[in-house]
Amino acid sequence: MEATNSVNTLADHLFRHESTKMVSILTKIFGTENLETAEDVVQETLIQALQVWKFKGIPANPSAWLFRVAKNKAIDVIRKNKYSIQYDFSDGEKILLTSEYTITRAMENLWKEELIEDDLLRMMFACCHPSISAENQITLMLKTLCGFSTPEIAKAFLTSEDTISKRLYRTKEFFRQHKIKLVIPSGEELKLRTDSVLNTIYLLFNEGYSSANSDHPIRQDVMNEAMLLCKLLTENRYTQVPQAFALMALICFHSARSESRVSANGELILLPMQDRSKWDKQLIQKGNEYMSMAAFGNVVSSYHLEAAIAYEHCMAANFKATDWDKIIKYYDWLCKVSPSPVNELNKVVAIMQVKDAKTALQELESIQDKEKLTSYYLYYGLLGEIHTRLNDFEKAKYYLESAIQLTTSEKEKKILTNKLEEIGNQVGGMRNQV
Amino acid sequence: MQDFLFLFRGGNVPLSPEESQAHMQRWMQWMGDLGKEGKFVGAQPLNKTGKQVKGTSKVISDGPFMEGKEMVGGYLICKAGSYEEALEISKGCPILEFDSGIVEVREIAELKM
Repeated sequence: MEATNSVNTLADHLFRHESTKMVSILTKIFGTENLETAEDVVQETLIQALQVWKFKGIPANPSAWLFRVAKNKAIDVIRKNKYSIQYDFSDGEKILLTSEYTITRAMENLWKEELIEDDLLRMMFACCHPSISAENQITLMLKTLCGFSTPEIAKAFLTSEDTISKRLYRTKEFFRQHKIKLVIPSGEELKLRTDSVLNTIYLLFNEGYSSANSDHPIRQDVMNEAMLLCKLLTENRYTQVPQAFALMALICFHSARSESRVSANGELILLPMQDRSKWDKQLIQKGNEYMSMAAFGNVVSSYHLEAAIAYEHCMAANFKATDWDKIIKYYDWLCKVSPSPVNELNKVVAIMQVKDAKTALQELESIQDKEKLTSYYLYYGLLGEIHTRLNDFEKAKYYLESAIQLTTSEKEKKILTNKLEEIGNQVGGMRNQV
Repeated sequence: MQDFLFLFRGGNVPLSPEESQAHMQRWMQWMGDLGKEGKFVGAQPLNKTGKQVKGTSKVISDGPFMEGKEMVGGYLICKAGSYEEALEISKGCPILEFDSGIVEVREIAELKM
């Protein structure tokens, strides 16, 4: 049935974005302690839409249709539970939801288009509450603010649905116990909380971008959703901080390259071999615009520096033309702003492009806290590369094998195995970030 | 602060849909303002149907029990510091846009045992 097909296609696209708005508004109404009620209302609304639209066709304004049905269902829930569940309607106009005189209009007012932006932002702040672990923050973000289903999140994380359900349950339990208010904080608190939302979006994007996991197309969706969330921050007057624009630039630059990273048969293609004509010029341009918007105030965040590095890669006509000196400078700065062994490791990769393998090895050995890298496959991958270049094939082999054992990604394994095979042929060509 | 009960009577004037919508908007505004001041406790409209149960024999009779114009059409409970304040609040009630509209203001008693 053609009608059914078009309903399903539209529904996929529309439902994901409308449901995030609806969940945020309904959570504002029922409180975070009743997040599940909000989700149920949305779920029932979507089911009803599918049922009705299949027979009657898609309405002229599908999103208005969804909102109307969700409003009515929310009113039903309030009426039905009037005496059994005490919703906390003490905040502002919400008290008018308790009276039949005003319930319809009060409900209407809570769904006003111009409020949605802030509703989504409040929801983001709640999802990124500092008492929730990073893992659970990302999971909840994917669920409520990206509109992913539990099976989809499980696929994105390469884990079981059961694990995801448990994470979601724990977070909801936390909301229930602490009745976390949906607020936009002010002053210093706003800065701190915005930072943590940015960090979660950064991790979310990495989760999508990172080649370390599945090759499921869902990863592209995760990246797109991270971009949308970050865009919201750059558009909201409360969160228009330089870091938000910088993160947006970073996301644009990396996303621009995403298509060239995978070959037709699904293998990862490393930076030197990527077909640069496939890079998305429009996205790079957008990244540039965000980059210049990020340049106000006197903040230079790790996002600024990572974006600057990504920018250098995007601008180089080919791998050889990359301005490595500049990139190394940015890495130096990055390591100061955000000291981490992983950043140091990436710096060494850049150093190796302009200096010899011996210098790279010295740099690598001087990394502070390098024990923290011993569970990181790229550390061994780099050691393998360095020793290949030093013609110490015995060691190179050992390190590459360690790297293969540490990565869970079949794609990464394939690349490392290829390198292992190449050792005999003394093929070098170092790979920077994938 | 004491609790006051407002009983709304009368005011059943036929209105056009637009007038009616504008009128409801003012109810909304009035209650919304009370809500913002933290004085709103609750309010519900009542249907025009009703029955009465009376006395030891519990005889049931049909309503309405009064002439339509004086029937209780709804109630509101709010907080006010004094009768004067409660009366002042009641003056804002949109039912008083009609000559037949009545707000009966009663203080809710605390029964001291």
